[in-house]
Amino acid sequence: MTIVFAVGLVSWQWVLPFLGVERYLLPPLTDVLEALWDARSELLRGARITFSEAIGGFVIGCSVAFACALGLARWRPLGNALMPYMVAANAVPIVAFAPITNAWFGTLSPWSKVVIAAILCFFPVLVNTLRGLTSVRPEALELMRSYAAPQRVVFRRVRIPNSLPFVLSALKIASVLAMIGAVVGDYFGGSTEALGVMIVSSVSLAQYETAWAAILVASVLGIAFYGAVALVERLVLGWHPSIRAGVE
Amino acid sequence: MSGPEVVVQARGVSKVFAKGGVTALQDIDLDVARGEFVSLIGPSGCGKSTLLRVIGDLVEPTAGEILVNGKPAHRARLDRDYGIVFQAAVLYDWRTVAKNIALPLELLGWSRARRAERVAEMLELVELEGFERHYPWQLSGGMQQRVSIARALSFSPALLLMDEPFGALDEMTRERLNDELLRIWAETGSTVIFVTHSISEAVYLSTRVVVMSARPGRITTVIPIDLAQPRTFATREDPRFFELVTEVREALHAGGADV
Repeated sequence: MTIVFAVGLVSWQWVLPFLGVERYLLPPLTDVLEALWDARSELLRGARITFSEAIGGFVIGCSVAFACALGLARWRPLGNALMPYMVAANAVPIVAFAPITNAWFGTLSPWSKVVIAAILCFFPVLVNTLRGLTSVRPEALELMRSYAAPQRVVFRRVRIPNSLPFVLSALKIASVLAMIGAVVGDYFGGSTEALGVMIVSSVSLAQYETAWAAILVASVLGIAFYGAVALVERLVLGWHPSIRAGVE
Repeated sequence: MSGPEVVVQARGVSKVFAKGGVTALQDIDLDVARGEFVSLIGPSGCGKSTLLRVIGDLVEPTAGEILVNGKPAHRARLDRDYGIVFQAAVLYDWRTVAKNIALPLELLGWSRARRAERVAEMLELVELEGFERHYPWQLSGGMQQRVSIARALSFSPALLLMDEPFGALDEMTRERLNDELLRIWAETGSTVIFVTHSISEAVYLSTRVVVMSARPGRITTVIPIDLAQPRTFATREDPRFFELVTEVREALHAGGADV
């Protein structure tokens, strides 16, 4: 893995320029790192803005989705009636709405980006959570019925724990989507300090090194966010087959 | 424990499933006395599992009446008058052995100390001391089923309903668990209704074997098992054991079963 990484960096730095790849296509690694250092304070500020948009969208989108999934699992006819629309909505290219949310919340408002990130997170979390809440073996429910357990208890003791592996895989997907949503939201305008706005403006000024540096920062943030959610998954699902293989 | 001498009383119980209009049970009459070990045996589709679920108020009968401990089955379920064990152990993967056993006690609002005490007793009863912190996946199928029996008995219900609990286990494990179940039955004095498709298991365990036939599911014969208690390894080699096995087999054949 380390070797692959090293080969990648070496090719980026020396092989691509040698092959005649132009600076505007992909500047050499050292130039990008230099830009990263020169623009470090702007990049850091941009990262903070865009990452908070992503986190905000993630938290809002995922919580609303989880709450909706609980409701739809509790009232199945409602869930069954709405599910086809949810699946259809999931297939909609939601980033296409980014200019619209700018119109709704104002181009400069972080909320237009938060909402895009939230909507992106919403559907995978909803669909997966609902599947987790409802894919309980019938005997497990009969057992709860034999204990005369009310629905609230069935949810707390059986359905929600059963859904956790599904929820956490959805959260991993959502962490990536939130970052995409925030950056793409920035592309359609926002505070000039935001990371996505920086990428667009650097490219238009032919400052490709700075644009790549910003992309690098966005990528690192996305990976870190995903890693953090994956870590939470490990902590929460110590009992689960996918995790226990590692701890054995 | 005092109470009515008849633990389960079924009168004219029928069940027609709305889906497909299948008559799962037709006109079932059955009395089970306190302390009895009654097996329900029959071909697949004879409604033996459905009858067990009707007794447990997990399935609503289409006609007839079920009394458990002298109360309607619904009331008895709300009073947690029975424990149930399924063919699959149905342990919750995210709970340790101890926490699985303690689940019904948590729902009953027992204090942590009282729960811990009872879990320890139950682990001793099913001979799983030392496994309390294990997760279900760390146990063999037989051990998982013992945990599920411990869970069913944890709150000392008067009635234990068992739906082919050893059906998925190998023969050796099954025989060992049969003996263990008989010991637990003797120690706890509970009443057991046991669904099985194994003739020898039914004869070995039971005080009475109820033979059912399919389409529609009904009781064809009830055979009292007069083998001496306690049942031991020698019981399986007793000529009387073989006579009773033959008797049950013939009753099943008379009912049209391919056993």
